Amino acid sequence: MYVAVKGGERAIEASWRLLDKSRRGDTRLAELSVGQIREQLRLSVARVMTEGSVYDEDLAALAIKQAAGDLVEAIFLLRAYRTTLPRFGYTQPLDSETMVVERRISATFKDLPGGQLLGATYDYTQRLLDFKLMADAQANGDDSTNGQAAQQQRAALQETPEAMPRVVTLLNKEGLIEQETPLSGAPEPGDLTREPLSFPASRATRLQNLARGDEGFLLAMGYATQRGYANSHPFAGEIRFGSVTVEMELDELGEAVEIGEIDITECQMINQFAGSTEVPPTFTQGYGLAFGHSERKAMAMALVDRALRAEELGETLASPTQDIEFMLSHSDNVEASGFVQHLKLPHYVDFQAELELVRRLRAQHAAQVEQTSQPDTGHDQEEQAA
Amino acid sequence: MNAPETQLASAPYDSAAEGYNFAYLDEQTKRMIRRSLLKAVAVPGYQVPFASREMPLPFGWGTGGIQVTAAIIGRSDTLKVIDQGSDETTNAVNIRRFFARTTGVATTRRTSEATIVQTRHRIPETPLTDKQILVYQVPMPEPLFRLEPRVAECKKLHALADYGLISVKLYEDIVHHGSIATTYDYPVIVNERYLSSPSPIPKFDNPKMHMNPALQLFGAGRERRIHAIPPYTKVRSLDFDDHPFEIQRWEHACALCGSKESFLDEMIVDDAGKRMFVCSDSDYCHDRREQQADQTGAIAEGESA
Repeated sequence: MYVAVKGGERAIEASWRLLDKSRRGDTRLAELSVGQIREQLRLSVARVMTEGSVYDEDLAALAIKQAAGDLVEAIFLLRAYRTTLPRFGYTQPLDSETMVVERRISATFKDLPGGQLLGATYDYTQRLLDFKLMADAQANGDDSTNGQAAQQQRAALQETPEAMPRVVTLLNKEGLIEQETPLSGAPEPGDLTREPLSFPASRATRLQNLARGDEGFLLAMGYATQRGYANSHPFAGEIRFGSVTVEMELDELGEAVEIGEIDITECQMINQFAGSTEVPPTFTQGYGLAFGHSERKAMAMALVDRALRAEELGETLASPTQDIEFMLSHSDNVEASGFVQHLKLPHYVDFQAELELVRRLRAQHAAQVEQTSQPDTGHDQEEQAA
Repeated sequence: MNAPETQLASAPYDSAAEGYNFAYLDEQTKRMIRRSLLKAVAVPGYQVPFASREMPLPFGWGTGGIQVTAAIIGRSDTLKVIDQGSDETTNAVNIRRFFARTTGVATTRRTSEATIVQTRHRIPETPLTDKQILVYQVPMPEPLFRLEPRVAECKKLHALADYGLISVKLYEDIVHHGSIATTYDYPVIVNERYLSSPSPIPKFDNPKMHMNPALQLFGAGRERRIHAIPPYTKVRSLDFDDHPFEIQRWEHACALCGSKESFLDEMIVDDAGKRMFVCSDSDYCHDRREQQADQTGAIAEGESA
């Protein structure tokens, strides 16, 4: 009797053991190494780093391994680790124009300075399952030479750093597009991870939120803007992926020094804007940025960013995709996953309270029905008497 | 802080986890939370935004309460954690284990021994003292959210103390159902000013909040808000003159300890749907049964002598 809620402690310990076992799977197969995940599941790693908001390929790979490939769980693991890290300061803004580009495409111009560079993409694969990959890894030839080739290719790219001005900068020559220049006297952007989100939210805060936002959520919302749930006529002005240097000003030196390199994907969407009484018709921008190679995320983010600028541009607010509070409050998958799944926790106290209410209301209802049927007959008699 | 000398459970856990700060959070974060707590205590019932952190437990599973506890706990504290009134539910066990690992403090199941009680969905039946702090886990700190989901709008309503919406909602309940159909998370006015959510405790527990000697702190991690009810503060559950606030009552007594005053959980004990009612507060129920055993023991001894 009364065992239903007892023994929680032992159950939890047993559950940990079972989890370890089920994560490992069939032990006749070799265990995945973190290095394998980092190198061979690089797109998963990119997503976990982006939404986990830590650029660390090894930790992201570890989180993916520990989460048995559940990326939202892996993102959560990385975020929980991130909380404990000390802050040394903020880096200089990244200059993506100096990116060592591995891929760069524009859908608005056939050719442009710096050229189009297709790079590694799934875009023009024909999505046929490649059964050769099912064969054992040894068949794929010597891994080390492959690795060397990739490195050489990368080195070659770095040797010929061709200037690649952004497409939006080129359009600016004619003044056709608004420019993203910091306003003089504009406050430093806030840090969403150190200050609570509040509304109205500045664009800097919005972009931070979207960068950490769930790819699936942004994809669906970005898609909705294309289907009429916002005023959006987007063109992919430019998508670029490659590595950029990260610089930080060190107090001891008094100048910015390079502290490393990171891979990023950047997307600038070009959208129509009808203009207003003060501003002539012009193109406007939506912006997306993600760690690693994350094109879908960066593009969806750019669509949503543009939709969220509706108020600032004086457009009619007609859709949830333009509602800043709605979008920013629901974009985070660590929050969303936690709250949806907290329904697994016991709620028997609240449910008991509801049970008591429903039983009482039903009893009252039954009593009322009985009452109303009696006066009715009384009424009939009165009528007959009259 | 006011640790009693006897502790029921000497934690069978590892001492504080290596590589992490005491109570997991770094000191800067604790300071930030304490500042929000001070403001919350100074303005009873007002929701103070705070920079809630990602915790190693999921949002929605008590991260707000955990952060508040982590910010106030000291080495000499004794912690009790309950969920649905019980120390043994998996989430309560997990949170207690978290603090045992990250602080090494003593934990207890006895309400009277604890200096800090972290709770989800209940207030203990045993009255609290002015030496104790009750930390609530809060899913939605905004009492108006079902009526107005926009946080920015709700802030205005609170600033103007414009609580007409909720009165209309309660009035409509009465018109539809003959009584107020809110049974848990029943809205209260704290210190005659701010409309506040008591967290999803059953309304049965609401009267315990009024003039309680203990400090009551509410942490909502996902929604990034903290609010507080200082000791001996007026807390009024919303009602109307002709429809006064009422708490739940049961026709049954607890099947284990016979209490007629405590909040009862219902359990289905066989396929025919036979029901049994027992205290939701496991420590209270356990205590009463021990006392009863002592008494019968004493009587038996008396008889044999």
